[in-house]
Amino acid sequence: MIALLTRDLRLALRAGGGFGLGLAFFLILAVLVPLGVGPEPATLALIAPGILWVGALLACLLSLDRIFALDFEDGSLDLLATAPVPLEAVVTIKALAHWLTTGLPLVLISPVLGLLLFLPAEAYLWLILSLLLGTPALSVIGTFGAALTVGLKRGGLLMSLLVLPLYIPTLVFGAEVVSRGAQGLAVNTPLALLAGITAGAVALLPFASAHVLRINLR
Amino acid sequence: MASFWEYANPLKFMRTSDWLLPIVAVAAVVVTTTGLIWGFFFTPDDFRQGSTVKIVFLHVPAAMMAINIWVMMLVASLVWLIRRHHVSALAAKAAAPIGLVMTLIGLITGAVWGQPMWGTWWAWDPRLTSFLILFLFYLGYIALWAAIDDPDTGADLTAVLCLVGSVFAVLSRYAAIFWNQGLHQGASLSVAPGTRMDWAYKAPLYTCMVGFGLVFVALLLAGTRTEIRARRMKALVARERMA
Repeated sequence: MIALLTRDLRLALRAGGGFGLGLAFFLILAVLVPLGVGPEPATLALIAPGILWVGALLACLLSLDRIFALDFEDGSLDLLATAPVPLEAVVTIKALAHWLTTGLPLVLISPVLGLLLFLPAEAYLWLILSLLLGTPALSVIGTFGAALTVGLKRGGLLMSLLVLPLYIPTLVFGAEVVSRGAQGLAVNTPLALLAGITAGAVALLPFASAHVLRINLR
Repeated sequence: MASFWEYANPLKFMRTSDWLLPIVAVAAVVVTTTGLIWGFFFTPDDFRQGSTVKIVFLHVPAAMMAINIWVMMLVASLVWLIRRHHVSALAAKAAAPIGLVMTLIGLITGAVWGQPMWGTWWAWDPRLTSFLILFLFYLGYIALWAAIDDPDTGADLTAVLCLVGSVFAVLSRYAAIFWNQGLHQGASLSVAPGTRMDWAYKAPLYTCMVGFGLVFVALLLAGTRTEIRARRMKALVARERMA
């Protein structure tokens, strides 16, 4: 399993350059929004939590099709499915690799983008914390979407249609944490709910993803 | 006593639905038109909302069916995943577009009603938001069906999507409630004592609800029959090609 994780990480880092794309997309979004909305610090500060969360979500979405598509094409997914490691574990490792290469860098870069969007100072901690808690859910849910559409031609657009509605609860609670933090309100409730969604998704969704993957490999 | 599971046999289903469909269809037309005409022309105007209140006879049944149809799809998906009855999977497939249209009717009549009453076509109210999200779930479900060629794979994948989607749809509903307090009133009908609606409205409303339910069953039977025939045709074409 660790071999699979290092393999996936290495592939993401060295081959194809998919690694930086999500980050670059996140950055471009944070540049485009002020250009579209106007440079007013007050306005930007108000919408910054939502923009950062939506940006993280879209950046995650962009890199989802890499999770299974290449392995499916060259047949290594079939090998993984017949390997002694249960497919549920493979799926979880894949989601973890996706999070390490997409979610975690997003978390790390988010304070810089918060700066660009005049995020209030007291919200930075909550921004990082909520992204840290929420992005694993995005990766796991995304893995499910990628598993659903793995065998399809033109699966990318369909996958966004399937995955984005599933992202709604995570987005609502995540953005709520940041905007409450920005206003200096208590963030316990949305933070706990966000953590709950992540815990539930990480615990249960790999089973659904593995089931779906088995159907697609049939 | 015939078991419900007998209808898992497509032949049996076709035979029964053959005589059942015209009856349900006629009943659906009669009950729905009765309810709507009764509701639109033979109920008094509301003392505050005037005649705009009458859109309730479209709005509430459609909204109710939109949710019920998703639940029906959930049950049908479970039946497919557990017992592998093809009719069940095809019924879920046939139900999705009907649910999509019901959701759309609920949203549009809501907007038309909201404009004079709330002064806005749309508000990011939890109920409205949940319905828009439900609409997206229907779209995703239908799109996944449309994207897959192999019917069994399609049935399996959409069934799992329906299960997972149901969990997230419920979560989204509570997220939406948490996210914003709304304009929309509470439940229009309730069995609790002291309900707010007079029988002059309730009777035609119930009629419309039954009518919409019958419309759904009629469309569902017709849609499922079409799906079964389409699959049979596919099998025949495949057999021709083999020979």
